[in-house]
Amino acid sequence: MATVFKKPHALKDKSQHYCPGCTHGIVHRLIAEVINELDIEGITIGVSPVGCSYNNYEYFNCDMVQAAHGRAPAVATGIKRVHPDNFVFTYQGDGDLAAIGTAEIVHAAARGEKITTIFVNNAIYGMTSGQMAPTTLLNQVTTTSPYGRKPDIHGFPIKVCEMLATLEGAVYVERASVHDVKNIKNAKAAIKRAFEVQKANKGFSIVEVLSTCPTNWGLNPIDSLKWLEENMLPHYPLGIFKGKDLEV
Amino acid sequence: MAEKLLMKGNEVIAEAALRAGCKHYFGYPITPQTEVAHYLAKVMPKINGTFVQAESEVAAINMVYGAAAAGARVMTSSSSPGISLKQEGISYIAGAELPAVIVNIVRCGPGLGGILPAQCDYFQAVKGGGHGDYKNVVLAPSSVQELYELTVEAFNISDRYRILTMILGDGMLGQMMEAVEFKEKEDIYVDDKKWATTGTKMQRESNDVTSIYIEPEVLEKHNEKLQAKYKQIEQNEVRVETYNCENADIIVTAYGTVARIIKNVIKMAEKEGIKVGLIRPITLWPFPTAAFEQYAETPKAFLSVELSAGQMVEDVRLAVNGKRPVHFYGRMGGMVPSQIEVLNKIKEILNK
Repeated sequence: MATVFKKPHALKDKSQHYCPGCTHGIVHRLIAEVINELDIEGITIGVSPVGCSYNNYEYFNCDMVQAAHGRAPAVATGIKRVHPDNFVFTYQGDGDLAAIGTAEIVHAAARGEKITTIFVNNAIYGMTSGQMAPTTLLNQVTTTSPYGRKPDIHGFPIKVCEMLATLEGAVYVERASVHDVKNIKNAKAAIKRAFEVQKANKGFSIVEVLSTCPTNWGLNPIDSLKWLEENMLPHYPLGIFKGKDLEV
Repeated sequence: MAEKLLMKGNEVIAEAALRAGCKHYFGYPITPQTEVAHYLAKVMPKINGTFVQAESEVAAINMVYGAAAAGARVMTSSSSPGISLKQEGISYIAGAELPAVIVNIVRCGPGLGGILPAQCDYFQAVKGGGHGDYKNVVLAPSSVQELYELTVEAFNISDRYRILTMILGDGMLGQMMEAVEFKEKEDIYVDDKKWATTGTKMQRESNDVTSIYIEPEVLEKHNEKLQAKYKQIEQNEVRVETYNCENADIIVTAYGTVARIIKNVIKMAEKEGIKVGLIRPITLWPFPTAAFEQYAETPKAFLSVELSAGQMVEDVRLAVNGKRPVHFYGRMGGMVPSQIEVLNKIKEILNK
């Protein structure tokens, strides 16, 4: 019987712990497919964050280092400086990257560290049960903004790609989404492009992937995809913010 | 022939790290240790090594974590307030069992405090500092020559046990110039580091470096493994200098800068017919308990002299275990006791 669909080799044959409808699994798969298509599994070293994907080192088949909350870009810097010929990526959520790890991501980008960051933005803290994130939308209800995020109390959601695109060291910056098939394909292309930028030794690259958190949004998986499309896309426009014409 | 040079303490640390095969340094500026960074910033680019001035001490220690996970000999250096910031990474390095060297040229606190010499961070270095049941090996040099020898040794200890080793100095030691004699060739412990994340090359299972163990049974086993390792280090790695302790009237204990003062006090006391011994812990952890047990019933009393409000004295009391009174004399805030002050304290204790 012909095999028509299987896990990419860069993913371990292991069931994942994510909630039903969570899009982390899709993003993991896209990264693994790109790693295998570029034939870099044997030289790839990934860095896991703190958050729902804290243990994704158990899912990827490449070497992985688990980092403290927000520190993945610093850890990746250490790894890449020791092994400049290896491929190094970080996988981070919005609490990890855009709150506690703001200094690390900004300065890794500013230094032009030749690493790639996959930034999963679902506008909420997932693992600690639905607290307000730096990326939580205005009026969005979370367990720590129970009356909705109000600008006069909580300030405004951070647009990470727009912010990092101002830095010269960040050479490739793109925001993608995984709320439908077309966008999943685009997200994979974005990840591949970012990885190629690192392979070409051009500088820091990042792909922000808009994602869902049905459990903490209090929605079923299908309504979550719709919520992302209707609420997140207007605030977080998709596209390449930097490096559109970069030759790799 | 071995080289003999006049060098500043902080620069000797940097040179020793290079001689120990360290090609990766990550740091953040803070007085009074900054010459370590200046020295390495000059040398690293010439030897294809890494010098990164990080955005913070937090980032620097996490870069160390990454480089250590990647299998490199790696070092960072800082001073008290910076070391406080590094405690997160120090705990993770302990949990993930990574070898790394961290230099703490201690200044006085609390808070921003001052930049003059102090030993007020003994507890932080020896008793934890970060979260969790863990230990760092803590080495306390008392001369520029020892800064060199112990820095090289720190890398060997770290690699041998997959542990973080801290050099605990102070501003006086870091800033002073003294003669130092370098060996022609260092004794380097070479570990194959099969656990390191270097890329699988599709030839082995993936290596994962982590400090998280969600299952309590597994985490308890991990902790038991760490504790067994610490026991082994306690058995193998204690370093201590004992001087003039046989038949001593009083045994003074001091480490680092203070121990140098005590050696002069011993000469002064001798002229007055008082025999003063010295126990100088060189490893603060593992603490040289056996040396205190050996001489516990020799003197009339013990005296711990420190640049603190009294920190190591607690370990001295545990080691002496009530067999003799243990006194304390200390200065704080960057003040250093004079020889006469210590001698007067000794006379007061001995009623002389």
